[in-house]
Amino acid sequence: MNHPHTSPAPLVSVRGLSKRFAGRAVLSELSLDLYRGAVTAVIGPNGAGKTTLNKAILGLVRPDAGTILFDGLDTAGRIDHRASIGYMPQLARYPETFTGRDVLALLSELRGKGPGRDESLIEAFELERFLDQPARALSGGQRQRINAAAAFLFDPQLLLLDEPTAGLDPVASGVLKRAIRRVRDAGRAVVITSHILSELQELADTIVFLHEGRIGWHGTVAALLNATGASTLEEAIACLMQHGTLSAHGSVSA
Amino acid sequence: MIAELTMPLPAASAEHSSALPPAPVIRTVLAREWRGLRHNRGVLLFTLGTLLCVESILRLTGSPERALVAMLNLVLLIVPLVSMMLGIISWHGAREFTELLLTQPVRRSRLFLALYFAQVLPLAGGFAVALCAPLLWHGIPDPAVWPLALSTIGGGVALTFVFGGLALLIGIRVDDRLRSVVIGLMTWLLLSVGYDALVLIVSTTFADYALERPMMALMLGNPVDLARTIIVMHSDTAALMGYTGAVLRRFLGTTPGIAAAAAGLLLWIIVPASLARRAFEVRDF
Repeated sequence: MNHPHTSPAPLVSVRGLSKRFAGRAVLSELSLDLYRGAVTAVIGPNGAGKTTLNKAILGLVRPDAGTILFDGLDTAGRIDHRASIGYMPQLARYPETFTGRDVLALLSELRGKGPGRDESLIEAFELERFLDQPARALSGGQRQRINAAAAFLFDPQLLLLDEPTAGLDPVASGVLKRAIRRVRDAGRAVVITSHILSELQELADTIVFLHEGRIGWHGTVAALLNATGASTLEEAIACLMQHGTLSAHGSVSA
Repeated sequence: MIAELTMPLPAASAEHSSALPPAPVIRTVLAREWRGLRHNRGVLLFTLGTLLCVESILRLTGSPERALVAMLNLVLLIVPLVSMMLGIISWHGAREFTELLLTQPVRRSRLFLALYFAQVLPLAGGFAVALCAPLLWHGIPDPAVWPLALSTIGGGVALTFVFGGLALLIGIRVDDRLRSVVIGLMTWLLLSVGYDALVLIVSTTFADYALERPMMALMLGNPVDLARTIIVMHSDTAALMGYTGAVLRRFLGTTPGIAAAAAGLLLWIIVPASLARRAFEVRDF
């Protein structure tokens, strides 16, 4: 498999990850490597396990089986690796009593005075205009911009972005895409979960297609287009969704 | 805007910020909560409402002691209800934010304590201020009233902790917000009203037996009863004491009775909060 801009050792190694919710297998013995300097898009139908995979890496969900290595160390029972992860959840809700500045300050205080701070998104999103307003006075898009700035703020080694451009206007969306490319070029690993496939085609180096908790395809965008004979990522993913997986040689299999 | 994003980031290195010392999570969250207190409408409304209530009753009765006795129902009914409802609503309202905090390098056990104290301390403080301020600005009460005043404040504060812990336990265990609220209301109703009725039914059904010891054990099952006992034992209005409280006073006497009730109340603070903490630590978000 081709991993552009990557160094040989993966930043995150997921091995045999399984998770069941209410008796239903959401992740089944899933194994995956995430590399520095690469944007990985995790795609799949609703309930495929995309969010659960993100949350397992973050420690929000406890796996039933399997291990997650971050920089070669098992994350089970550890919290220090989270200082190297920036997370942008799909929903940006804050306590009503908090302002945007409170949110950023609290996260900074919880992380301690780390060496690297990347405040470029605060300026690029022009957050200063509404950072002192309480959360209840902010629009969804404004909260989402604060969310994005918080994820990038601590110059993390790994960025997990869940539907990052949902709720953002085209200008803010463009700013965020430039920021993603910038951190990728600086050697950070980025994972994006999104349903906007045209956007993923622009940004992603590698596609991971999840189907019923398993990996149905893992490879570069070019390899996926080649294997499916599709001209766009949208067509290729539609093909994958229809058939569930592709064999190693690219032929469609059920 | 674009210029900002074209500035290069330092290259990725193996030596990243994973070796930072652990942050003082409880202090940090509480300090941030304190700074945002002026926006906390629930706590402000509760404090202002209690203050107006105490002031009105003081003006009507003209006696701190009678005012405190008249405040009994507010302490035993409204404080638990407000603590329970605000606790559940705040938990569900801040769930996504709690998730975001859990993605930071913080221990779940520390974050739970931070969230618990951030929930109960403003309410407990608001209640104490709302009760003390009118008593003080009407002139410092006679020292004979102090035990009753202190036990009323202590009882209210303890109930805030008890029902704040129960609210978190229910919120953490029950994902659906509406179901949480209904379970919280039912729990409040059971402990505030229903439990005494159940005790009464048991006592009349088994009236031919010596029930003092079982009744005392039953009293431990209800924090509202325990708080009521502690407060009323400091006043002369024994008629306000519930059935189990009356048994406790008769069986143990005033001071040991208060000590036993206080120990029971302490257990009611510790057990739900510990169960909620355990649920928080093992929960999938």
